[in-house]
This record gives sequence, C-alpha cells and structure tokens, in this order.
Amino acid sequence: MNKKITEVQENPFEIEQQEWRKRQRKERWKQMLTIASPVFMLMLWEFLSQTGLLDIRFFPPPTAIVGTFIDMTTSGVLFEHVGISLYRIFLGFLLGVVPGVVIGLLMGLYSPIRHFISPIVMALMPIPTLALLPIIIILFGIGDLSKVITIAGSVFFPVVINTVAGVTNIDSIYLDVAKNYGAGKVSFFTKIALPGALPVMLEGIQMGQAIALLTIVAAEMMGATSGIGFLIWTSYKAFLLQEMYVGLILISFFGYLFSLFLRGLQKKMVPWR
Amino acid sequence: MKKKAKIEITNLTKAFYKKQSSVTALEDINLTIEEGEFVCLVGPSGCGKTTLLRILADLETPSIGDFKILTEDKTRPLQSMVFQERGVIPWLTVEENVAFGLKMRRLPKEVIRERTAYYLKKTGLDPFSTLYPKELSGGMKQRVSIARAFANDPEILLMDEPFAALDEQNKFILQEELLSIWAETGKTVLFITHSIDEALLLSDRILLMSSQPGKIIHEIKIDLPRPRKVEDIRENPEMAAKFVEIWQHLQEEVQNSRREKN
Repeated sequence: MNKKITEVQENPFEIEQQEWRKRQRKERWKQMLTIASPVFMLMLWEFLSQTGLLDIRFFPPPTAIVGTFIDMTTSGVLFEHVGISLYRIFLGFLLGVVPGVVIGLLMGLYSPIRHFISPIVMALMPIPTLALLPIIIILFGIGDLSKVITIAGSVFFPVVINTVAGVTNIDSIYLDVAKNYGAGKVSFFTKIALPGALPVMLEGIQMGQAIALLTIVAAEMMGATSGIGFLIWTSYKAFLLQEMYVGLILISFFGYLFSLFLRGLQKKMVPWR
Repeated sequence: MKKKAKIEITNLTKAFYKKQSSVTALEDINLTIEEGEFVCLVGPSGCGKTTLLRILADLETPSIGDFKILTEDKTRPLQSMVFQERGVIPWLTVEENVAFGLKMRRLPKEVIRERTAYYLKKTGLDPFSTLYPKELSGGMKQRVSIARAFANDPEILLMDEPFAALDEQNKFILQEELLSIWAETGKTVLFITHSIDEALLLSDRILLMSSQPGKIIHEIKIDLPRPRKVEDIRENPEMAAKFVEIWQHLQEEVQNSRREKN
C-alpha cells in the first residue's frame, strides 16, 4: 500500500499531467469569461430597464429590441436598408482599396514617385472625408455615388500608407538575394515586393474596413434616403429608439463579421507568417 | 601542375564617402584565386571583407580597380552568394527557395525540378521541401541557403559567414557537409569568416585582412589532405601552430585598430 503511493508520487508524467489539466481548466475558464462578458452586459441592461432603474424610453430592454428586430425583418424594411448600405460599403471599400494598393506599390517601388506623391497624401489625410461631404453631395448628388465616394476617400489613406510602409520596410537582404540571383523586374515584383509587403498591406486594409463602417453611418445620416445610417437617424428623430438600437446593433454585427472575414483571408494569404 | 586562374582582382580600392567620416574599406587589393580553390578571408569585423565579397557579388561597385571572373561557359551565372541564415526568403517554401536562382534564369521546368530535387536530397532537406522557413531550425535554414547557391551552378561561390549564427555542434556538421558537396562539384569558393578554426578546416588558402584600410596582410597555405574532418584539425600539431600564427597576426590588428579608435 505504502509502496504504491510513493510510486504514484514519483511518476513524473502523472505529476505533469495534473499540471497540464490545471492549465487546461484555466484556459477553459478564460474562454468562459470571454463568452460571459457580452451576455452579462445584456442581462444587466435587461434587468436595469425592466426594473425601471434605467429610463425605458432611452434604454429599451434588449428583449424589446429583439422583438422590434423580428418585426422589421418580417416586414422587409430592414433588408432594404441593410442591402443598400452593404452595397455602398462594398463598392466604396473596393474603390478605396484598389487605387490605394496600386498607388502605394508605385510609391514604394519608385522613390521619385514616393517623393512626389507623399506630401499630397500627407496634406490630404488629416481632412476628414465627412467634412467634404457637402461638396461631395453637390458634385455627385444625394444618391449612392456620393456615399460610395465618401467611403472610398476614407478607406484610401490607411491602405496607401500601409502599402508604402510594407514595401519600403522589406529587409534589404531579400533585395540583395533577388539581385544576386538575377531577378528581373517582373519577378522582383511578384516574388519579392508584393509578398514582402503583403502583411503590412493587409493591416491597412483591415483598418480601411473599420473606417468604411464608421463612414457609412455618418454619411447616410447627413444626406441619404435609405441605409442603416438613415434608419438610425430617422428613428432617432421620430423617437423610435428601439428601431435606432436595431440599426446600431447591426453596425456592430457587420463590423465584427467583416473583421473575422478579413482575418481569415489574412491567414490564407500569408501562410508563411 | 599550375591551375588556371578563376578570379582576378587588380588594384581594387573601395572607399565610402560620408560628409562627416569617409572610410577606405579596401585599399589596393591584388588577388588571384585559382579554379577549384577554397579560399577563406579572415579578419576582424569591419575590415572590409564583406565589402570585397559584395563587390564580387555585384552588389557594390569598386571605386578604383577591377575584377574579373573567368568563364568558358556563357550560359552559367558568374557567381552565387550563400547568404546568412536570414537570407532565406520567408514567403517561399524550402523547395521554392532552392529553385529561386534557376527560376529567375527561366531554365526549362524539367531542369529546375531535377536540380532542385538533387540538392534537396543532398542537403537532407527533401522531407521539408513544402514547409516554410519559419518551421525550420537555424541549421536547416542554412542548408536551404547552401542548396540554393549550389543548385544555381555558378562559376564561383561566395559565402558570407554562413555559419556565424549556428551553435557549435551544428556548425561542425554543416562544415563537413559543405566540404562534401564542394568536393563533388569542385567549385571555386571565396568564404568569409572570423573563426580561425573554420578557416583551417575549410581552406586551401587563408587570407588575413587588416582593417581600415582593408588590406590583405598575410597568406597561409593549408595543405592538409582531403577529405578533412573536424577532428583532424584538432589533433594535428601543425594546425595548432598555424592557429597560433594566425591569431598573433590578427591580435596585432585588433589591438592596433582599438588603439586608433581611442
């Protein structure tokens, strides 16, 4: 009996296994915390507004918001607003990212171009595109195009700046390798410059996505007749706060969805990291 | 049986100009390296040995003077460099890294595949051919760099302290592997190192360099028979004497340059 106990105590793997189990339990506990925090927030909100501790007119309980969400979905109003907003975001995002990447690569690869364009970029960047919205509306009308242009303008800057940084920060030893092994212009671009710049470039695109969502809501509030931003703004003005919250939560949801998608894309495109 | 010259360097000087402090990295270097010879350049850091290698690798241009790499086969690249460990390109797989030079030269796919496979096998990398470099150890990464240069089949090989970042045991293993591949191909090699032991093991000839201005101050022939092993160098009293000789030369150099700095 005694002997058996010492044997158990002396087995290093069993001791380590116990340690390992403890660590696993801790990990699971942390995962639980991550899931619990938003649930806890919602429950607290529900409790506070049900009991009247929060003013129900300004903070309707989450269950009521869900009810409104279902009503709006079945009536089809929501799809219309969400659809048009997604369309604008998508188009504006592309219109910002594509020129951002192209101009960024040109600036990164050719220093005269970089020296010529970068003061322009630096000067324009601090101006919020939203501040230009009145002019954009005058030029492009109150329809979709003005929203698309506004988003494109906001997305462009982080993408162009990160693309330039991505190219110029490639370790010079890879440039030496390319030169020593006789890489031509095209090979240099496809084998060294583009893949080398990609990680930092994708960070910029990630940022651009977040900015696109911020911009669409504001742009639709100021001059639009449809979209999630329009929904939020008109609901607020009509004091339909439940509808307004549906809009806000949708924005949060899509932001989360897009960044998950882009993160997945990043893993696919940069498998060597 | 005098062999043919492969590399000829004549009156080569390289200076770096800066507004505050200009440096003469290399001063009036004259050097001939024979075909198939393994030459090590040894010297304290900052003595210009890397500059000399980079000039031969066409990554820098000499200020004055000239060099020639003699060739009979025009289709072959003149030189390939074995870079330090971090010269392995992280976004290419092991196989793509080894094939890099061949792909850049647009050789037929069949040739690329065959030569890449041969050197992957030779360096023991074939089980890892589809992995990215981040998954390899330091020694394995350095094998990629070596395989890439040999696969390119150049007239001469230039090696820039390829084993400097490895631990000692791995270094011994890779040195012997390098010697065995080299013996098979018979390439002319110019190898930079600051390790005297490494130079004794690898070279036919060791060139000692002084710093600022970088000059070749001494030359030592190593005629130990090949194939050599790490143990042979350690056991051989003649090599021990050569070690001391080299060290005394270099010691003077290191101390001189320190005095100048103070």
